[in-house]
Amino acid sequence: MFQTVDKTAPGERQRWIKLLARAPQPMLEAGLATVPGQPRTWLRRPETGLLMVQGRVGGTGNRFNVGEITVTRCALRLSGGTCGVAYVQGRSHSRAEMVALADALLQVDQFRPILEASLLARITAFLDSESAAMTRKAQSTRVDFFTVARESGGSDAEAADS
Amino acid sequence: MYVAVKGGERAILGSYALIGEQRRGDPGVPELSLEQIKQQLRLAVDRVMTEGSVYDRDLAALALKQASGDTVEAIFLLRAYRTTLPRFGYTRAVDTAGMRLWRRISATFKDLPGGQLLGPTYDYTQRLLDFSLEAGGETLPPAAQARAEATVAEAVPRVVDLLDSEGLIEKSAMDPSDPEPADLTRQPLDFPASRETRLQNLARGDEGFLLAMGYSTQRGYAHSHPFAGEIRYGEVEVLIEPEELGFPISIADISVTECQMVNQFAGSKTEPPKFTAGYGLTFGHCERKAMAMALVDRSLRAEELGERIESPAQMPEFVLSHSDNLEASGFVQHLKLPHYVDFQAELELVRKMRAERATDAAA
Repeated sequence: MFQTVDKTAPGERQRWIKLLARAPQPMLEAGLATVPGQPRTWLRRPETGLLMVQGRVGGTGNRFNVGEITVTRCALRLSGGTCGVAYVQGRSHSRAEMVALADALLQVDQFRPILEASLLARITAFLDSESAAMTRKAQSTRVDFFTVARESGGSDAEAADS
Repeated sequence: MYVAVKGGERAILGSYALIGEQRRGDPGVPELSLEQIKQQLRLAVDRVMTEGSVYDRDLAALALKQASGDTVEAIFLLRAYRTTLPRFGYTRAVDTAGMRLWRRISATFKDLPGGQLLGPTYDYTQRLLDFSLEAGGETLPPAAQARAEATVAEAVPRVVDLLDSEGLIEKSAMDPSDPEPADLTRQPLDFPASRETRLQNLARGDEGFLLAMGYSTQRGYAHSHPFAGEIRYGEVEVLIEPEELGFPISIADISVTECQMVNQFAGSKTEPPKFTAGYGLTFGHCERKAMAMALVDRSLRAEELGERIESPAQMPEFVLSHSDNLEASGFVQHLKLPHYVDFQAELELVRKMRAERATDAAA
């Protein structure tokens, strides 16, 4: 096991790790191309394995094992000493490498503003539009129940729905 | 007597070639791509992921292609592949209350906070064959009409949690220690099995088997009166806490289907009458499976709830030992393997018994 040197606040790093993990590969490639290439060494070469996904009984109770998910992870160090870590879903080693590299570069003050604009902002916009499209489509299937009331008065004016 | 039998090798090689040829079909017809399977046979992919117990759409699509669409064979391929991969650890428990929803319905309450979303479902289709698909000229449906007021995804509470405020339904409470569950991929199934272990078994279990078991409870082979409290399908976040980082990170969104069945419970000496719940959770959109799983989860709680046990669906040993289609298929299909010596012995025995009977009759 290794510890990565980390000067960045965890909250910030969590934010971009979440974005990078969901980025389409071409977006990662294009974003990384906006900063100069950096020599780096592997702390952990890309490897594919499994994580067991857990759920909770009834959604709120004790944990149980639902099934596994494929994950590829790696870790690298820039020549300046900054370490980048990646855990991405699936089996793509190149994707994991790009995510780890982006994670490392984002911790470097010199590169962060560039990558915020050329990478993170684009991923955010992409994910927001995907999410909005999903919500829009799902909401188009929302049920509007209405109650049918009797037209001619009478005492029996109760709702006739089920 | 043991007799080594050889000579099948060439036949087996020929059989490989033939299954390959039949899988490919007419070479004049374009080959299926994994992307086509992932996109256009979505529900088959979801079933293979759920019962193969590995969430990976690419692998599930590959398995389906290699198995010529035989779901159980594809599940076998996926389960075999997973044994070649290292285990990195466990995720945090997914939060299904925070699910981004494609679908969410309840058969118990009409008006729910968050409303009912039908999502993508075959439920309301006419089940008439659509010959426009045969012609291959499928036209895309018009873009879904958006609603101005609801374009922001928001977390929607679970229906069962709403009932819980009145105390009318049992609460699935977490033990204060939040115990690590036993893992059937690491330890063999043992009885009595905890509810957590049973749920892992059912989550991997064969849809057809669980469907039949669940159906049997509805037809009277268990004292069970279920309502579909809630069914939801959508995306949940997967969080892990890698030891080299020391803080949790979000690595993916996966689609899951969750079902909460609500059952009447007459109460016992210690418990007032209330509703009890059965729970189902699957990868992808496996709604029939999630419902069946919830029915069977509930019926398997018979002993815990002091109910009379008289039907197979209430018997953990019966259900959990026969739910896995890999094990079931393996044992049934092993009958195809050569049993020449076994059968020879039985043949001799039957001949001998018949001869003895003939001798007795003559005497």
